[in-house]
Amino acid sequence: MKDTLNGIANYRKWLNAQKRAFSDIASDIAENAAKVNDSVHSFISVDKDEILLKAGNVEKSGHSGALYGVPVAVKDNICIKDVLTTCASRILEGFRPPYNATVIEKLEKAGALVIGRANMDEFAFGSSCETSCYGPTRNPWDISRVPGGSSGGAAAAVAAGQVVASLGSDTGGSIRQPGALCGIVALKPTYGRVSRYGLIAFASSLDQIGPMTRNVEDSAKLLEIIAGHDPKDSTSVDIEVPNYSKELGGGIEGLTIGIPGEYFIEGIAKDVLLRVKEAMEVYRKLGARIVDISLPHTKYALSCYYIIAPAEASSNLARYEGVHYGRRAKANDLIDMYIKSRNEGFGPEVKRRVILGTYVLSSGYYDAFYLKAQKVRTKIKEDFDAAFKKCDIILTPTSPTTAFKIGERMDDPLSMYLSDVFTIPANLAGLPAISIPCGLDGSGLPVGLQLMGKPFGEATLFKAAYAHEKNNIN
Amino acid sequence: MDNPKNEITNEIVEYAARLARLSLSEKEVAVFKVQLGGILNYVSQLNEIDTSNTPPTSHAIPSLLNVFREDVPVKSLPREEALKNAPDESDGFFRVPRVI
Repeated sequence: MKDTLNGIANYRKWLNAQKRAFSDIASDIAENAAKVNDSVHSFISVDKDEILLKAGNVEKSGHSGALYGVPVAVKDNICIKDVLTTCASRILEGFRPPYNATVIEKLEKAGALVIGRANMDEFAFGSSCETSCYGPTRNPWDISRVPGGSSGGAAAAVAAGQVVASLGSDTGGSIRQPGALCGIVALKPTYGRVSRYGLIAFASSLDQIGPMTRNVEDSAKLLEIIAGHDPKDSTSVDIEVPNYSKELGGGIEGLTIGIPGEYFIEGIAKDVLLRVKEAMEVYRKLGARIVDISLPHTKYALSCYYIIAPAEASSNLARYEGVHYGRRAKANDLIDMYIKSRNEGFGPEVKRRVILGTYVLSSGYYDAFYLKAQKVRTKIKEDFDAAFKKCDIILTPTSPTTAFKIGERMDDPLSMYLSDVFTIPANLAGLPAISIPCGLDGSGLPVGLQLMGKPFGEATLFKAAYAHEKNNIN
Repeated sequence: MDNPKNEITNEIVEYAARLARLSLSEKEVAVFKVQLGGILNYVSQLNEIDTSNTPPTSHAIPSLLNVFREDVPVKSLPREEALKNAPDESDGFFRVPRVI
């Protein structure tokens, strides 16, 4: 559906010119989404009746909302009242949340047509969307390849035009890496910028919800709508939400862009490096100052993350035991029921991370692993504090490679974890970071450029990203 | 569990699984032993860093401490709603198999 492929403003222009009822349009959107889903599988399932039900509410909401009639896909770990929300896990089979996540309330208030069930790695544990218990999502650029993950379905749905925008969640790169691999704009806001009330928790000190869009303008618009303090999320910060859209379009002369040598390592695909260097040239020509910076603890970030994230996950996932919701296994006593329900409900990557997380938190290992990782986390954060005294934003590749083949990294968890080596530091330090498309590699696959900013510095990121979007020749 | 050499054995995998309320097949134990060993070996690089004078960071916003609200009752999720997803319920409670 080509009308969904050119961003919110163009879609709304097209929508306004339609002489039909919105429910007719929503019906087309649902049919297109279902058709595309046969090959891409960005949604676990497309429920036309549910989409039409939501479309009825949109129609009633009036035309004044900033997102009136805009189809927005939502990752399967963000609660939508009465709509199946399962984290792509068998253990949450049949779960229909009794309430909306705060971001859903905000989207619907703005008039968006919210479409749930965007596929993901089970419980967001993965970088390829292959660990979904419902089968993998495929990359719309080449369906033999992964879309990235864990928000792979949300990324692919935007890239394939099933929706105009989507919401994902990012714990170690789960918005930005699939954004890069699918050639779209993908933002992880500052920790605390967007309420996580209703986001099914993975690693609570790292998780953040963010927009995945066709262009920078849409990213800014969506963040304006979903950001802000929420009394229901005690980690959301009470800082005013700027008018991000208004910040776009200004010049970037004098903006200082830091290039950390530690990110330009062996193992980056040649074409990724080329495209990222071209992006630096774009910025130089626009009058930005490019400076070398150092983030000396970068090489420890992955290790730090693979202790902290599984530790927090093992704790957060303790709640799935077959008592309150989701899958319950038949058993003779309570403990047996816990064990059987979890055994049947969790896939291999979830078990691996829960066991790893339990081990590093267990008596005798807590200090050696978890506490050590938290101290290294301080070092990583201090690196960024020092770097941001010398520059306004930091430029790196989003991921070392473009989209890889389905199945290629499934048997080797460490090689899969390395897909997130450039995105993880921003989560550990709580910083905002955006991935924007910066051209294609030799096989015609999209390359992502990452810009990281100071805490609550999303406006600067948008401004820089927008300048690149308007002046990029790729 | 005592494990001075930090080796991942079948017993360690089974011990962590038990704490996490999982029970693994022999095959799973064998696979996880190798994979967890590889991951823990990789993350042991953190020991290269001297952190003797470094405080831990538990989350990224140091200004966010002790978020309180006024102690006034607010409406909560109605009981029927909270029970709607329950695999089994009885008289307004979650029902589970026998405990002892």
